[in-house]
Parts: sequence; structure tokens; C-alpha cells
Amino acid sequence: MFYREAGQYKKTYSADMAVFPILQDRIGIGLILATAAIIIPIFGSNFFISTVMIPFLVFSLAAMGLNIVTGYTGLISLGTGAFMGVGAFACYKLTTYFPDVNIIIWILVSGVFSAAIGALFGLPSLRIKGFYLAVATLAAQFFLEWCFVRVPWLFNYNASGAIEVPQRTLFGVAITGANATPTTRYLVLLGIVVLMTWVASNILHGRIGRTFMAVRDMDIAAELMGIRLLPAKLTAFAMSSFYCGVAGACMMFLWYGGGEASDAFNINQSFNILFMVIIGGLGSLIGCFFGAALLNIVPIILKFGLPAIGLPLAGATAEHINHLFVGSLIIFFLIVEPHGLARLWQITKQKLRTWPFPY
Amino acid sequence: MDLLFKIFIDPFLQMGAMPDLLVQTLWEGLVSGVLYALIALGFVLIFKASGVFNFAQGIMVVFAGLTLVGLHEKGVPAWLAVLLTLGVMLALAVAVERVVLRPLVNQPDIILFMATFGLTYVLIGIGEFIFGGEPKQMITEELGLPRGAIDVAMLGGRVTFQKIDIAAAVIASIMIAALAVFFQYTRIGRALRAVADSHKAALSVGISLNQIWAIVWFAAGIVALITGIMWGARSDVSFALQTIALKALPVLILGGFTSIPGAIVGGLIIGIGEKLAEFYWGPLVGGGIENWIAYVIALGFLMVRPQGLFGDKIIERI
Amino acid sequence: MNAMNHSEFRQDIAPGDTLLAVDNVTLRFGGVKAITDVSFDIRKGEVRAIIGPNGAGKTSMLNVINGFYHPQEGRITYRGQTRSKMRPHVAASQGIARTFQNVALFKGMTTLDNIMVGRTLKMRTPFFWHLFRHGPAMREEIEHRKFVEEIIDFLEIEHIRKVPVGKLPYGLQKRVELGRALAMQPELLLLDEPMAGMNLEEKEDMCRFILDTKEQYGTTIALIEHDMGVVMDLSDRVVVLEYGQKIADGTPDEVKKNQKVIDAYLGVAH
Repeated sequence: MFYREAGQYKKTYSADMAVFPILQDRIGIGLILATAAIIIPIFGSNFFISTVMIPFLVFSLAAMGLNIVTGYTGLISLGTGAFMGVGAFACYKLTTYFPDVNIIIWILVSGVFSAAIGALFGLPSLRIKGFYLAVATLAAQFFLEWCFVRVPWLFNYNASGAIEVPQRTLFGVAITGANATPTTRYLVLLGIVVLMTWVASNILHGRIGRTFMAVRDMDIAAELMGIRLLPAKLTAFAMSSFYCGVAGACMMFLWYGGGEASDAFNINQSFNILFMVIIGGLGSLIGCFFGAALLNIVPIILKFGLPAIGLPLAGATAEHINHLFVGSLIIFFLIVEPHGLARLWQITKQKLRTWPFPY
Repeated sequence: MDLLFKIFIDPFLQMGAMPDLLVQTLWEGLVSGVLYALIALGFVLIFKASGVFNFAQGIMVVFAGLTLVGLHEKGVPAWLAVLLTLGVMLALAVAVERVVLRPLVNQPDIILFMATFGLTYVLIGIGEFIFGGEPKQMITEELGLPRGAIDVAMLGGRVTFQKIDIAAAVIASIMIAALAVFFQYTRIGRALRAVADSHKAALSVGISLNQIWAIVWFAAGIVALITGIMWGARSDVSFALQTIALKALPVLILGGFTSIPGAIVGGLIIGIGEKLAEFYWGPLVGGGIENWIAYVIALGFLMVRPQGLFGDKIIERI
Repeated sequence: MNAMNHSEFRQDIAPGDTLLAVDNVTLRFGGVKAITDVSFDIRKGEVRAIIGPNGAGKTSMLNVINGFYHPQEGRITYRGQTRSKMRPHVAASQGIARTFQNVALFKGMTTLDNIMVGRTLKMRTPFFWHLFRHGPAMREEIEHRKFVEEIIDFLEIEHIRKVPVGKLPYGLQKRVELGRALAMQPELLLLDEPMAGMNLEEKEDMCRFILDTKEQYGTTIALIEHDMGVVMDLSDRVVVLEYGQKIADGTPDEVKKNQKVIDAYLGVAH
């Protein structure tokens, strides 16, 4: 009854082309942003912020990256984990060499490095498609994973072989390292995610986004319309890897606070992100958040939620159940709603629009 | 100059200097190639008949092996455990056909491909949930498989052949021959080939697609069980094997998705190629290149011949 | 309708002159000859029909013209430039647009977005501005949106503007596909069976759109069609292919009387 567009006339093309043409949607986004930026930092416990919110945002960003190449451009990539790793290591090297430049800048710039690597591994996409390309991206995954372990220069020759995140500050407040509070790290991360979501939405709603989708839906027709496939696909790979790289840098610097690449950026991470994209909705930005939220929250519930209501579960068993659950969920969604949670959300909105008089 | 020497000349000098080591490496590569080929074989079976790129084939291998060992651990005699595992694989085939393939019929290939990712995780989840996540020992003796090794003096040195490896190669050859006969001379085999050619045409002459799919998945399950036994006998049985199982994918790219000879030749090339690369070129970069060299070989191949060694040339139509 | 410069490619060729000439083209797939030694020309401003029985090589001919297939022998001269090999996107940028036998729309996108893709070649704003979707990027978007709205208006598909094309009935899909090709402001428009699978009413609509396109934009049209009534009514000249060879070429009336054509369509008593 309250959610409808009746009476909201659009008098210009720019109003019609807005990302959220309906007033109620704009109000909703405002409320969500206010909650995320004000209410959660004030009322959220440290546990909630560092276990739920920070991973959620990092995964959303990574899922957004993968969705650009897989959901929008139709090229399956199984190298997400590795591209995230490139970002993390690039950021580590940059802040080691130039400790005076603000870490937030380096987090964003590290995306450029993974974009370059991503475009390089996207080159085969000109000649190969579908499953073949998926296998080609596995080459990127395993090769880069190997580099992360075997090239000690990348982790500054640390004996542990791990990234050790140094303390960096913004206006005198620690935002990375051991002294940074979860709330600070959360706010920095939130800023990055909001900025990058806005940019992604801008790009995907314009000419470039349409080019991606044209390549996805019918690449031959796209080529006959004058779209050059290789640049289009490489742009998609580069942009996707940029997002993944920033997500990886955020993961190491704002979430893990250091760690080994072989744990964080392995093939399972690639799958994890892919599942978020499938469940959230291929080719939907908002779906990235849905997918990341769902797949992030399930293991937390299994690990912390069940014991809290008196159902203790061994850590390993929880992980097994999580595997089972995620796998079933993938099959379920592919069968019932291949466009994922995002489509369910759209349907709900459509129902709301006509409620309570659907006819 | 020194680097070029190390890359292009030195390895071959080493090969010439110690031919027995070369033979040993080739043999190791051959055996792992046979195992890759076996995984790829199960995969080709499914791809030919249902057009599904079954990412879960590698996991099916581990799952079958784990079920066998797990059942035996719970006190089931070996022969019964084998039978029961076959039963589990049959149930799996029927379940996959019912729950995954049938509702997804006519969906784009890529959706089915992703559904098999889901299947992979379901199988890992079930397997670990029932039998636990720790690595297990394959019940080699109970199954009557040979153990130990034969040392052969040749080329001025000694080359060791593990008996289990020889058995693996022999059993693999027998199985491939059996499959060829099955495809060529039986009624079901003929139906399978018809389905592989065209789903619609096969349907129109009264072949039940659902039945055929269940049969090929079961066949792939049997192949998986045998592969699982062989593989398990060479190392432990655990889901850590899955990354190794993924190497069946470059094998397929090399051989083409629809060709059984392709799977075998591709498996051998990848198996031997990566062992040679690791042994002779690996030390130059600190080792461990076995993990990715297979993909790079396949990738290089793709650029030159996108349809694989034995695949048909792709003509794009519009 | 000519709000934007509609004739970037058309200054130098006067109506009636040869726009595209196909000379002795032969196309093989392995051992199969799809087209054997075919020559014909398309003049500026005309509707040129290519007809022939199934498998005569008509679609292959269109694929050769817009660079999707590369013929083993022969030359193609387009706007005075002879070419041996060309990538499809180059053909597109030189003003050759087409529709497809089996509708090749971007199924996940709306009608509006599909037609907007046709404008891609005319959009030039650098990547940088797309980051913000403001300034030049937005101005360009709006400018092209206006043009696309004119096409939507012309084809009478306003009501399905924001519907994903995968959900549209076949007849409308064909119309959207025509719109997408028109959005490219082509000099030469190739239509591959634009009326296949349509009912009479839809065919009449489509005929009207084709004729209007020719009138309003002066677009040269080459079309493949099986409906002889349509072909004879619409086209200025007809070329007939059979088994990859040209068996007749001329005005509809000439072709109708040609004995070889009658044999090809009705069969010959042996």
C-alpha cells in the first residue's frame, strides 16, 4: 500500500534512468546506510562487528567483483581467491615501501595490480568459452597460489611466510594493526564498500554495463553490433579483479589483521565467493550483499548460535554440515530460482507494489 | 646465458646422464597419468550422454573410496563393503538424476555445470559427516591387491615398480576395454551413443533419457570406485585429494570433452609432463610446480587447438 | 527523426550506384562448398532480395558480407573499398547492420537496453566519466536515449520498453531486433528472414516497417525471405541461389519468369 510508484511522474530521461527511480527505494537505501554507519557502530558489540559485519562487507565486495565477470559478462572465473591474494600482497608491498602514504589509498590502489593480473589471465577468454575458460582460470588460481608461497619477496621474507599487518593510522587513529578497534576498521571498510558499490552501479548502468551483458547474452550478435569482444572481456576481467583485489586487501588489513595466503586465498575461497554470487543472484549488485550475508551467517550460526541454544556441535561437524547445507542450497537455487535471492527480492517488491489489490 | 642453459640444455643432459632416473620418472608420470585418465573417463561418460560438465567427478572418486573404507572400518567385510559401495553409487546416480538433472533439463549448460559445484559440496559434506574428515588407509590387502615393489636393474641403475601401480595400469586397461565393448556391442551402449549424438532424436525413437542418465552416472560411479581404490592405495583417502582430482580438467581440455581415447592420451600427457617438469625443471624455481603446470600445459594447448586433441572442430553458426 | 547526424557514411555514394559488390565468392567448410562462385551487387537505396530453397547458402552469404565468415575465394567491395578479410565489428563500424534468422537478442536485457546496445558504436565518452555517471557520460546517455525512443516510437513498441526481451512473444522479438539494427543507423541493413514464423498481420506490420525504413532513412536493405508474395512486393531486384550457386538475378518479374527458378522451386520432371 505504501510502496508504489503511482503518482511519481518522471519528466526527464535522467529521472527515468536513475538507479532507484522510486521514492520509497531511495528512502530505504538512506535508512540502511544510516543504520550501517551510525546505529551499528554505536550499539553493535565488538563480537558482532568483527564476526558478522566485517566479513560480510569483505565478502560482498569480493562477490561484487566476481559478479561483474561471471554474472554480468557470463565468464566463469574460479580464480577469485587468487585475485584477492594479489590485492592483499600488492597492498602489503606498497605499504612496506611507502609507509607514509595513507593505507586506505594503498588498499584502493592495490586493486590496480590485481586488475592487471586479472586482465592477463583473461586473455584466453578470446578463444575459449564456458567450461574451458573455467579451467583456464584454475590455472591462475593454482599458479598465483604457488607464487604466494614460493616467492618470499611477496611476504617480506617473514619467517612465518605470512603477511604481518603493520599499524597504520588515519588522523592519528589506528585503522590497521593490533591497536585498531573493530569499530574503526568497520567504518573504514564500510566507506570503501559504499564508494565501490556506487561506482560499480554507475558503470554497470551505462554503456559499459550494457556491453558486458550483450557479450554474456549473445557474444556473436554483440560482435556484429560492433562490440569488440576482447577489449570488452578484458575490461570485465580487469574490473572484476580490481574489486576482488581491493576485497583481498581489505580482508588482510581490516579483517584478518595478517595471516597466511594459503589459508585465505585458496581454491575454496574462490568457490565460496562463487556460491555467494550464485545464491545471491547472477547479474545483480544487490544480490552480492544477499549472498554474502547468507553464506557468511550460516557458519556463524552453526558455530556460535547452536551452542547458545543448547545444541553443542563439534567445530569439524559444523563445517561438514555447512558444506552440506551450502551445496544443497546451490542446487536448490539453481533449480527453483536461477536468478537467486535478488530475483526473490524483486518479486517481493512487485507484490508489494500492487498489495493489497493485486488485480 | 646461464639461465637459458639451465632451462633448455641442462635438463636433457641430466636425462641422458642417468637414464634409469628418467625411466623412473616416466613410470611415475605414467601411473599418475593413468589415474587422471580414469577420472577424466568417468567425466567423458557423463558429458557424452547428458552434456553435463560434471565437476563433481573427482569428488565422486574420493567419496567412493571413503565409503568403501568407512564401511570396512565399521566392521563390514571387504567384499560386502565393495558391493554396498556399488549400491551407494547406484543410489547416488538415481538421486542425481531425480533431484538435479531432471528439474534442470533444458537449462543452459553453465547452470548444470554450477549445479555440479553444489553436488561437490554436498558429497564432501555427506562423506565427512558420516565417515569423519580424517585421512584413512585404503584396505589394500583385504581387496587382494598386491603390495610391495619390484626392483629391476636396467640402464646401469635400478628402477622401482610398485606392484600396486602395475595393477592400476592393468586394471585401467581392462576397464577401458570393457567400456569400449559395452558401448559398441550392447543395446544400452547403442542407446548411449544415440543420446550422445542427439537428445531429441534419441527421445523420438523411444529411448528414455532419464534411464540413460541414471545408467551413465552409475557407470561413472563404478569408474570412480575403481579409481578411488587405486588412488587410495597409493596415498591416503581424504577429501584433500580433491585438488589433485581437479587435474582431470586439464586432461579433458587436452583430450577433448567427448573422446574416450582423448581422455586416456590426455591423462598420460599430463601425468608424464608434470612429473618430468617437476623433476627436471622444478628445482629451478624452488619446486612445487606440479600443482599448476598441468593447467599451463592445457592452457597453452587451448590457445592453439581450442577443441582439444580429439575433439571435433567447432564451426560457429548463427 | 533526423535529429542526429544520420548519414555519417553516406556522403559519397549517390542513390542507384553500387554500394556493395560481391565478386566470384566461394566459401567452403572443410570439403563442403556452401557458396560457389557467386557474384552480384547491391545498389544504394534499393531493397535487394536473396531467395532460394533451404540450404542454398543464403545465410552464409549474409555471414560473408558482414565478416562473420571469410570466403576462400573472391572479393567483396563495399563503398568502393575492396576487402579480403574483415572482422565483424569492423563491418559494423562501417555501417553494416543485420538481424538474424533465429532471433539473436540479448535475452536478459530489456527492450530499451537491447536497442541502446545498437548505439554503442556511436558512444565515445571515456571510461573515467562512467565511474560517476554524471557529466559527459550522462549527457551522452540521454542524447542516445532520445534517439532510441524515436525508434521505439517508430516501431510501436512503447509498451514493452522495460520488459526483458526473453519474455516477449516471437513477433515482438523480431521487431525489437529490427529496432536494434536500426539504432546503428546502418547504411546497409541485412535482414535474415524477417518474417519467418509470423502470422499475416505481423507480416504486414513488418513489411510496413521495412518500407518505412527505406523511405525515412534511405537505408539500403538486403533481405532473405521465403514468402514469395512479400519478396515480390517489397524488393526492387532479386538474386536467386540454389546449392550455393547463382541461378538468376533481376527484377521480380524477370525472376518469376525464369525457367531455372521455376524448376528450382517446383522441381523438374525427370
